[in-house]
Amino acid sequence: MSQTIFHPSRSSRAFWGTCGVLVVLVLIGLFAAHHMESAGHWVTGMTNRVVWGMPHVFAVFLIVTASGALNVASIASVFGRSDYKSLSRLSGLLAAALLIGGLSVLVLDLGRPDRLIVAMTHYNFRSIFAWNIFLYTGFLGIVVVYLWMMFEPRMNRFVTRVGTLAFAWRIILTTGTGSIFGFLVARETFSSALLAPMFITMSLSFGTAVTLLLGALVFRLKGENLPAELTGKLARLLGYFVLSVGLLVAVSHLTHLYSAGHQDIERFLLIDGRPYSLLFWIGQVLLGTLVPAVLLLSDRFKRAVSVPLGALLVVIGGLAQLYVLIIGGQAYPMSIVSGFSESSTFFDGVIAMYRPSLPEWGLGVGGMALAALIFLVGTRVLPFLPVPTPDQPRA
Amino acid sequence: MLHGLTRMGGMIRSFVVLFIFALSGSAGLFADVAKPQIPASRGAQCVEPVEIMRRNHFEFIVHQRDLTVHQGIRTKRHSLAGCIDCHSTKTAAGQYLPVNAEGEFCQTCHTYAAVKIDCFSCHAAVPTEKISQSP
Amino acid sequence: MTRLMNCPDPSPAAPARRTFFTQAGVGVALLALAPGVRLVDLARARAEDEPVTSANRWGLLIDTDKCQSGCDECVSACNEEHGIVGHGRPETDAQWIRKVDLKDDQTGHELSIPVLCQHCEEPPCVDVCPTGASFRRDDGIVLVDKHICIGCRYCMMACPFQARSFIHEELTGQRTHAPRGKGTVESCTLCVHRVDKGEQPACVEACHREGHDALVFGDLNDAEDQLTKLTRASATRELRPELKLNTSVRYTRF
Repeated sequence: MSQTIFHPSRSSRAFWGTCGVLVVLVLIGLFAAHHMESAGHWVTGMTNRVVWGMPHVFAVFLIVTASGALNVASIASVFGRSDYKSLSRLSGLLAAALLIGGLSVLVLDLGRPDRLIVAMTHYNFRSIFAWNIFLYTGFLGIVVVYLWMMFEPRMNRFVTRVGTLAFAWRIILTTGTGSIFGFLVARETFSSALLAPMFITMSLSFGTAVTLLLGALVFRLKGENLPAELTGKLARLLGYFVLSVGLLVAVSHLTHLYSAGHQDIERFLLIDGRPYSLLFWIGQVLLGTLVPAVLLLSDRFKRAVSVPLGALLVVIGGLAQLYVLIIGGQAYPMSIVSGFSESSTFFDGVIAMYRPSLPEWGLGVGGMALAALIFLVGTRVLPFLPVPTPDQPRA
Repeated sequence: MLHGLTRMGGMIRSFVVLFIFALSGSAGLFADVAKPQIPASRGAQCVEPVEIMRRNHFEFIVHQRDLTVHQGIRTKRHSLAGCIDCHSTKTAAGQYLPVNAEGEFCQTCHTYAAVKIDCFSCHAAVPTEKISQSP
Repeated sequence: MTRLMNCPDPSPAAPARRTFFTQAGVGVALLALAPGVRLVDLARARAEDEPVTSANRWGLLIDTDKCQSGCDECVSACNEEHGIVGHGRPETDAQWIRKVDLKDDQTGHELSIPVLCQHCEEPPCVDVCPTGASFRRDDGIVLVDKHICIGCRYCMMACPFQARSFIHEELTGQRTHAPRGKGTVESCTLCVHRVDKGEQPACVEACHREGHDALVFGDLNDAEDQLTKLTRASATRELRPELKLNTSVRYTRF
């Protein structure tokens, strides 16, 4: 096996043009955040009933994806599959970029983002949120060290050890993210131990999808394709991850359907709750699970477009899944007095209306753009990308 | 060698300029920012000596807020409401002006020192109830 | 099986006769009280420089039979006390206490109860707050330290009673005893500024003023306190008992 050589991205009009578009999106996101902070959250669609909205859908997606994006590097360092080594560095950079994007959205949506220092100096260790602050910042630190181990030839012998630490940290981080929702005893839509493993599986799925998409982008910008054999392996992996997520989602719903107490919430999410039932069946199940599984795993549909299309659909399906989970879970009314129908001036007993506002879209998309921008600029600054070997077809 | 000496000379020159600048600041040579015009307050004197208050008033306020919120200690001496009670001014019509309004007690010094205060996004900036004025 | 069903029901869902006498007794006791005066000896009221201790545990009892549908004096009094004004945006306007109209799904029986922060002994909001801004004072009152609240709204997700509100806009004209501001979370403080002076919460006073006396405030740790005596004498429950939060706010059984 020949030693992979790495080089940075090539400076080109297409490259800087893409970065330019991303910069504009980031600026829009910053402006949206400023508007939300100065006017107050009444300018958003978030209310006292639906307290976490579109920004949180994007932020959780980015954070979960960040954790999964490191998977490719883990396969190489931890599981000894050296054929994945050429994408290890890229994988690390992508993980860091996605996490920074997600954290930015989360922090900028706070009611008091100027109190970030308070959040970093006052900790309540019963709160999974407090633990997550350490898990997220620690992850960034570990990824930086991991990349250093990969870049510096004298440090290469530590790659496996640091990679294993990174792998374990990732699993704990994703467990922590899922547990943000899983630990909410008050809400039947969230309180579940299943959310931690579901989020881990989601991270593997979304992370691999985004690696394929952004990896393909950065390779195209230097006039090449992703290494074909590696892409094929990752595509198959993605197909299996997608099916695993589907399994856990199915188990979750089937378990709820078994209980009389959960019939109403299940009917809301699966049948008549607009737009959640539509997002579930069309977004999450059809476009996010079944179609990508076929595109990625079936031999009949092997086209050049199958892999990027499948990966893109996984991303769309993932956003839909998080929307149904986070927002649908809040829109359904919480029962305060069981056995009674409730009504009040505080919207007890009714399904909360939520429509994502422009500032929320701006902030969320801005975060995605920030992640992509950090990734692209990173590949220009340092040699993250593998030089194609002679047996690889050029674009 | 000559290049090194020139660089050294440049650095020494920069330091001399900075030094004069610092001296002049304290001597008032370049003092073009007007000192704050602090409005008169009620009562003979503040609950603490002026010099101590000037440097440490925020320490008193921060310490007191934690005692009040977490332990229910509501002594008046260092309470924010107590400060506002004495240090707010009235218009001719008898209406209280907010202490963080332009030219009022808190705002004059804070504008001069360029320190943004956060208290009055939540706390009432005018007295709304009678707080004991004895320290 | 039949023998079991014929046994007199020993559960607190007592026959109507027993309930009537209990409630009549409670009614007489309540009428005898003047507002703002507690049965607890006033000389024991805490000095302003003494910290609170767990010797007291402040609580509230809500008589669901006395609470009238259509009356929201407690809500108006709370809004007035704390300077809570509507901005014409009911979905984002704050509500510290609200009247919830209930209808039994099986029997159709209707009633109305006030719902507010339950001041739980095991508050989920305190568990989830990342900075520790949401905390439980030693005397049982659950509060938000708005100086360190970062406005993440996780406590609002965690509250089983939807008791918390987020402030969605710039505020002006706050009351001195009730600081509130944009970007932080808040909820019923059990009128902590009044309780610390030995007075009753505004909602309790208002309900008494209206003549309903559906809200009773007192010290659950004091065996002589009328609140404690009432909770011992009559059948009471907490909301969402399966969560085992041991709330300080209790309701007569309905």
